[in-house]
Amino acid sequence: MTESHETAVHAEHDHKPHGWRRWVFATNHKDIGTMYLIFSGVMFFLGGAAAMGIRAQLFKSGLELFDPAEFNQLLTMHALMMIFGAVMPAWVGLANWMIPLQIGAPDMALPRLNNLSFWILPFAGALLMSAFLVPGGAPAGGWTMYPPLMEQFGASFPMVIFAIHLLGISSILGAINVIVTIMNLRAPGMSLLRMPLFVWTWLITAFLLIAVMPVLAGAVTMLLTDHFFGTSFFNAAGGGDPVLFLHVFWFFGHPEVYILILPAFGVISEIIPTFSRKPLFGYEAMVYATASIAFLSFIVWGHHMFTVGMPVSAQLFFMLSTMLIAVPTGVKVFNWTATMWRGSLSFEPPMLFAVAFLFLFTIGGFSGLMLALVPSDYQYHGTYFVVAHFHYVLVPGAVFAIMGAVYYWLPKWSGRMYDMRLAKWHFWLSAIFVNVLFFPQHFLGLAGMPRRIADYAPQFTDWNMVSSIGGFVFGAAQLLFPYIVWRCVRSGKPVGANKPWEGARGLEWELPSPAPYHSWQEPPSEAVLAHGAEH
Amino acid sequence: MNKLSGTACDARQRGPRHSGGEAQEGPSHGARLGKWAGMLSLAAAMTGTLPAFGSGWDLLNMPRGVTNVSTRIYSLHMMAFWVCVVLAALVFGVMIWSLLFHRKSRGAVADVTMVHNTRVEIVWTTIPVLILVGMAIPAARLLVRINNNTDSELSIRVNGFQWGWQYQYLGTNVSIVSKLATSSDAASMLDSHINPRSVPHYLLDVDHPLVVPVGEKVRLLITSVDVIHSWWVPDLGVKRSAIPGFINEASFTIDPDKPGVYRGQCADLCGRGHAFMPIVVHAVSPAAFETWLKQQESAGKQVSSGEPAPPAAST
Ligand code: HEM
Ligand SMILES: [Cu+2]
Ligand SMILES: [Cu+2]
Repeated sequence: MTESHETAVHAEHDHKPHGWRRWVFATNHKDIGTMYLIFSGVMFFLGGAAAMGIRAQLFKSGLELFDPAEFNQLLTMHALMMIFGAVMPAWVGLANWMIPLQIGAPDMALPRLNNLSFWILPFAGALLMSAFLVPGGAPAGGWTMYPPLMEQFGASFPMVIFAIHLLGISSILGAINVIVTIMNLRAPGMSLLRMPLFVWTWLITAFLLIAVMPVLAGAVTMLLTDHFFGTSFFNAAGGGDPVLFLHVFWFFGHPEVYILILPAFGVISEIIPTFSRKPLFGYEAMVYATASIAFLSFIVWGHHMFTVGMPVSAQLFFMLSTMLIAVPTGVKVFNWTATMWRGSLSFEPPMLFAVAFLFLFTIGGFSGLMLALVPSDYQYHGTYFVVAHFHYVLVPGAVFAIMGAVYYWLPKWSGRMYDMRLAKWHFWLSAIFVNVLFFPQHFLGLAGMPRRIADYAPQFTDWNMVSSIGGFVFGAAQLLFPYIVWRCVRSGKPVGANKPWEGARGLEWELPSPAPYHSWQEPPSEAVLAHGAEH
Repeated sequence: MNKLSGTACDARQRGPRHSGGEAQEGPSHGARLGKWAGMLSLAAAMTGTLPAFGSGWDLLNMPRGVTNVSTRIYSLHMMAFWVCVVLAALVFGVMIWSLLFHRKSRGAVADVTMVHNTRVEIVWTTIPVLILVGMAIPAARLLVRINNNTDSELSIRVNGFQWGWQYQYLGTNVSIVSKLATSSDAASMLDSHINPRSVPHYLLDVDHPLVVPVGEKVRLLITSVDVIHSWWVPDLGVKRSAIPGFINEASFTIDPDKPGVYRGQCADLCGRGHAFMPIVVHAVSPAAFETWLKQQESAGKQVSSGEPAPPAAST
């Protein structure tokens, strides 16, 4: 491994602010990235605690533990915490850490904005969580917040709306920063079509964020004015239409689910080639597939609303556009498979998570395809079948990709290697029990169990028990993750080399491990770029 | 045919779904899944963490239901399912092959020249398109068929409220308010200490069911007085949101040879009582239905009078 001249120079200038100022006034992309990841981890465990409560309640038929109103609060807050608190900030944290390293930039383009977009989060998160403490409790209308139900909740209603506004502003600022960085700070020679796929998918995700977060803000603001200022956007008695909210919400909501998954596609496209010791198959096709998924994600929102009484022609349109999304999604899966084909595979923890992603995300894609068929969706909608679908794409999908990414890049960040044996334990427990947790939910939904119910008929007990047991073990296994990361950072074995993974490609691996506090102060030369692209 | 009093539902009368539903679900599929479930429950019994073979293990699939539409939905669903199974077998097969035979530990050397192949890429883009078109055509046909609500013989207005349903037979003065049966209600209280299994049709039973004739096309005009609900009876293949201020249409024709009791639940989160507003449909012969309706009408009494409960103030 050659250590480039530039990086050696940077290491000498590795001064950083000390104490609390380093974090509160942080402008360094690595510090901000770390804070995002820690915030995400905290929210993941809080959201996970809510999930454990849900699964405990649903362990058997008969109402125990929580009153249905409390149950609905847990359900709503679980989703909001996981989506806005855990998964989205994790991606922004990874973007902060990796995009500058991968494109040869010294930092994010707008470091102060970066500080602001992070520091909004703890306040937004605290506001969101404090909804539990006010009279009447947290909102209990589901993360989809449909009116008029949403307006029946007390003091927490405006709090949650304000929290969503804050989270949205944070996301938009983060997205602006990503776009400006990628557009302006690429090293000379790093043309768009040489960018790593993680950078590409994030660029596209950032455009999705800018396009739809304001739509969400608009939707919840209209809810707010309906409730407090006498407007009637969604109030039928005043000439409004509750279904309008559904349209606006899902115009945000469907691109939102791709915001959660596109960076995962990027991570998987980094990990699989590394551990197959082979370049990504069909790089350009992957870029175009990502872009077409992003475009299509704007014209499929109606698939969440097949039962609300849209005209048949509209239902037909949304069915066809939704089915169309399966094509670029399929292309991605085929490309990953082809990347492994005739490779030289090894199964370190990042690869294990990537392989599990490949299988289990695909299962979620299949159930998505089934859901796209409108007549079948009439039976599936609002049931546990939908819950199974989106958890397959989000947990062994997005969450596994995040964990894979951390296991992949942690040696670069910390300069140390984690306990592989323990990480493999974490993987196997997660991969097995995520299926015990979510697979039976397909059966429950098909057999007629609605989603979001606090109690159910006795014939659903058996599969719910299996699901709950899966949930408890899965949840417990996640405690290994922060422990492994902590141990690694504190006392892991130094990796020494630039590359802990022999098959890794990309500029980040041209830097020493740990990556110096100030990296790529001088942009990498064409020689470094070319070296980074080799195996 | 049973004479219906219109009050408590006859617990002995069971829909096909609850009487050996799995036997109707195609022998190969049912047997396969059944075997798997059997193995799983065996494992569970051995570890002692789960109750021994229960009644719910065999609830794996969508019911075929008792209308032409629900049967066709079932077929569409199974078609899509098998398409996914075949595709999954192919894709996962290739992946597993790689995982097994292209390992470094087996001495596999990476073919780094394999970066793309236009022909293969065109093939794996067009074949899925063709498969999707093949799935979309029957789905579109059925969709158009389901949304044809004309030529109905009976219209019922369905009013969702927090938390129950009101049914009004249009052109008559018959109106039914249908709420969770008191036995379920009592057992569902926190700390009731009543075993739900001891309650007949726990959470799936109501005080006053909806009564409809078999073999006639029934049209529902679905709306709500407060928040959004969703009227869903799987065996009828009907699910439609009940939206305040708007009326949604849906219709069903129960097969003439399938009288029975069909149960469903609200399918849209509607607040605290969302899990507690089931739907029960009694399907009876047209003659029995006429008799029942006359009785209700001429007695001048409504099965349950009064307006639906007003929306709760909060939570
Ligand atoms: C092949 C691609 C996909 C197709 C065809 C598809 C299709 C669908 C459909 C039709 C629904 C609505 C089901 C209903 O409520 O009746 C749905 C729900 C959902 N999907 Fe997907 N999906 C796909 C991929 C994804 C991905 C990649 C994600 C996220 C990572 C995702 C996340 C969700 C979520 C969160 C919901 C439920 C939202 C809610 O009601 O709370 N889906 N999907
Ligand atoms: Cu969607
Ligand atoms: Cu409901």
